[in-house]
Amino acid sequence: MVEAAQNLDQDEVEKEEINEFLTFMLHGEEYGVDILRVQEIKGWDAVTAVPNMPEYVRGVINLRGTIVPVIDMRRRFDLEVLEYSETTVVIVLRILTEGHADRTMSIVVDGVSDVYQVEASNLKASPDFGGDIDTEFVKGIATVDKKMIVLLNIDHMLNSKELSVADMDAI
Amino acid sequence: MSIDISQFLNTFYEESFEGLDIMESELLALNVGEADTEVINTIFRAAHSIKGGSGTFGLNAVADYTHVMETLLDEMRAGQREVTQLAVDILLRSVDVLRSMLLSLKDNEDLDHETIATTHSELEKLLNGEATTDQANSSVTNISTDSVSGKIEDVSGWTIVFKPNVDMLQTGNDPVRIIRELETLGSITVEAHTDQLPEFELIDPEQSYLSWTIKIAGNVAEEDIKECFEWVEDECELTIVANHKNSTVAAPILEEAVVHDEKIQDDRRQDDRRQVERRTSSKTAAKKPAESSSIRVNIDKVDDLINMVGELVITQSMLSQIGGVENFDAVALERLNDGLVQLEQHTRELQESVMRIRMMPISFAFQRFPRLVHDLSTQLEKQIELKMSGEATELDKTVMEKIGDPLVHLVRNSLDHGIEMPEIRAENGKDATGTIELNAFHQGGNIVIEIKDDGAGLNHERILSKAISSGIVKEDDNLTDDQINDLIFAPGFSTADVVTDVSGRGVGMDVVRRNIRALGGTVEVKSEKGVGSVFTIRLPLTLAILDGQLIRVGSETYIVPLISIIESLQVNPEMLNSVTGTADVYKLRDDYIPIVKLYDIFGIESDTTDISEGLLVVVENEGRKIAICVDELLGQQQVVIKSLETNLKQISGLSGATILGNGTVALILDINGVMTLYHDVMKSSVLQDKYGKYIAA
Amino acid sequence: MAKILAVDDSASMRQMVSFTLKSAGFDVIEASDGMEALNKAKDSKFDLVISDVNMPNMDGLTLVGELRKLGNFKFIPILLLTTESSAEKKQQGKAAGATGWIVKPFNPDQLLKTVNKVLG
Repeated sequence: MVEAAQNLDQDEVEKEEINEFLTFMLHGEEYGVDILRVQEIKGWDAVTAVPNMPEYVRGVINLRGTIVPVIDMRRRFDLEVLEYSETTVVIVLRILTEGHADRTMSIVVDGVSDVYQVEASNLKASPDFGGDIDTEFVKGIATVDKKMIVLLNIDHMLNSKELSVADMDAI
Repeated sequence: MSIDISQFLNTFYEESFEGLDIMESELLALNVGEADTEVINTIFRAAHSIKGGSGTFGLNAVADYTHVMETLLDEMRAGQREVTQLAVDILLRSVDVLRSMLLSLKDNEDLDHETIATTHSELEKLLNGEATTDQANSSVTNISTDSVSGKIEDVSGWTIVFKPNVDMLQTGNDPVRIIRELETLGSITVEAHTDQLPEFELIDPEQSYLSWTIKIAGNVAEEDIKECFEWVEDECELTIVANHKNSTVAAPILEEAVVHDEKIQDDRRQDDRRQVERRTSSKTAAKKPAESSSIRVNIDKVDDLINMVGELVITQSMLSQIGGVENFDAVALERLNDGLVQLEQHTRELQESVMRIRMMPISFAFQRFPRLVHDLSTQLEKQIELKMSGEATELDKTVMEKIGDPLVHLVRNSLDHGIEMPEIRAENGKDATGTIELNAFHQGGNIVIEIKDDGAGLNHERILSKAISSGIVKEDDNLTDDQINDLIFAPGFSTADVVTDVSGRGVGMDVVRRNIRALGGTVEVKSEKGVGSVFTIRLPLTLAILDGQLIRVGSETYIVPLISIIESLQVNPEMLNSVTGTADVYKLRDDYIPIVKLYDIFGIESDTTDISEGLLVVVENEGRKIAICVDELLGQQQVVIKSLETNLKQISGLSGATILGNGTVALILDINGVMTLYHDVMKSSVLQDKYGKYIAA
Repeated sequence: MAKILAVDDSASMRQMVSFTLKSAGFDVIEASDGMEALNKAKDSKFDLVISDVNMPNMDGLTLVGELRKLGNFKFIPILLLTTESSAEKKQQGKAAGATGWIVKPFNPDQLLKTVNKVLG
């Protein structure tokens, strides 16, 4: 378990001395995603429900002509569900999937926090600290302004089996 | 300085493949015995182009191979060689070999040296063993005279006397240029002779009267000097004399042609070897040749497009002017509406124009068939004539690329199973020669392709018995003729007694249907015993646009493809039949049609779960019908199909999504998928046994 | 800027010739057969014509003959592209009035060398 938790993407960390992260709030915790993967941040809009998808896939939206799925993070991690409001934020991300072109997906979060620069040396492997999110999806922990920020590996998080294109029915 | 010409390789490959196609179709069209010179000329030119280009681009194996073909064809067009069936057959096979050679080279794969060598020697044999000397002669091409300097001993220079013929200037040759060229070889002294010059008034500026004595010093090769005069050899008097230190007699240097030939052939072979090595060791070659990602477009279409966009720009600026007005009043409103109408029109025209760019005539898909029918009928020892019509009918390029294989399978099927042996045909009072027709035409927003044969038709008894023994249907199932015909598309179905090389492996028809379905099309067959069969393929004109019926179920809007809708109706409660309270069927005239509630299979909410208050949209897909419950019918419109798979995944029951005018996303139903989902839901219940017939396999 | 007319029914050859010559600073006009070339010649002045022999609609040999009939092409250098090195084909070219020939296959450097030689 500890080894798995030490699953830092060594290459990424070593390549750049400084990583920039966009952080957001979810259920009181602060999480970060690689800023280079953030395509845009928008408010909540009506979503078209898609049948036979997990509960956390709220549906799809039209993002300037592209169909983009909307994933509710609270539902994804079995957290208490909140009603969407004006402060609800949707972060649109670029996701890498092996053997597939880049995908665009979006996540619903409580709110956006800030952008931080984190030096590679500041990035620590995450122990199993019993947080909301499965450590499988955690890149590492960073400490900024005495706060603990959990940095997420969004590719792992949003490439789960249920969302995987590998599940496509063979034609 | 080195110019990289490999950038033109792709064009060369493209035009070579086209050239090979032309060679093939013209060879097939050639009437052995009374061959048309113009046809032979066309075939010759195609081979000649390929030879020339391949040499230029360094594909020497191709150049050598094509050379023999070209020589044969040259003799034929000059009337020196008879056009025999044997020659045509060998040439046809050579075209195949050449095609695969080019494909291999293009995809960086190894050449099939064995087949190449075999067919090459066949061609040479045809040339009656003259080949070897011909090759020697041809390999004399491009002897770079630079490399051929013979050893010159004792030569301190040369004396050249050059007297152009009177008319030499009229071939565009200029003595001054030639002398300048000599100057690049060494230092020269020039003495002009004007003794032939007439009186000034009599001088014709277009004629040459002068001659020159040019002395060139240094150890210059005679070959190099000769090269300067290469073009004008026959248009002048030329003497080249070596100046020896000791004697004034020139020592002529003999060309050793044979040695050069060998050297050049060796060089060529080395080049080929090196090339093959280079190719195979270069970056990892793709296993499958990629589908061509470029398209040739008729320039008219591009011009139309440019015009449309121009119109659009005008309309747009007009609209923005109206919008930017300070007082937006009723007049402005009217103008705005007019502008919007114009905008809609122009956008639609633009859309049609753009779609047309992807459209290509189906002849590209059809052109392989004359050869296929020719070869296959020979192989099967049947007499079959192929008729094609509608080759100019256009369809989307990608659709055409993907319809190729299914078409081949269907044609092969007709050749193999449809058309009878000549004896049997004669016995039945038919013409010994069977006919296969390929027709293509547009019909209501689709392209229809028919494969007709006047063969034996589908054998219903055999099909039925095979289906029963395979468990696809039950003995007492009362199937209509059409339903029996449809059985041939069932997976694993084949009534061929022996699995022939051609077809009958049982993996054919269902794959054909699946592939056609994947393109958004349908395929069905009609047949009459003893008379023949017709396979009809219907394909949408483009992959990206769909005519749809918008429906509302609860708060969700869905799109039902118009092509699948039979009718929409208000429920007549008397026609409803509930089957054990779970499955509902509707009696529509003579059919009992299963009612599908989207809210059940999709897990969404509806206005009402009471079917009797709703509307039914009856749809059909490959012979099966269902009725979809909807709360409301919204308009019909053309929708652009957007992929769900790009960012999400493929979802059963949906073929994609679209963006409505209000910016929201609407999902597009895949009728086949909906039916499958329905079955899955129903299978879990007991009524499958009792009412399996209604729910249909 | 010397202007060259390049005639060949093979698109890849035209592209290659055109690209090579343009890179060297020449002005190049293309034609895909003799007919087209002749029409272009009637409208423009060229300093050099390079043409293939085997083409549909009008072959190279005929083209040379026709060009020589045009007043402004009487002395313009016309080179024929030929894959034959046999004397006979070269003779045919000369007899039709061609200035000389370039033997195929040739590489860009050879082409430029010859063109530069002719245009001096």
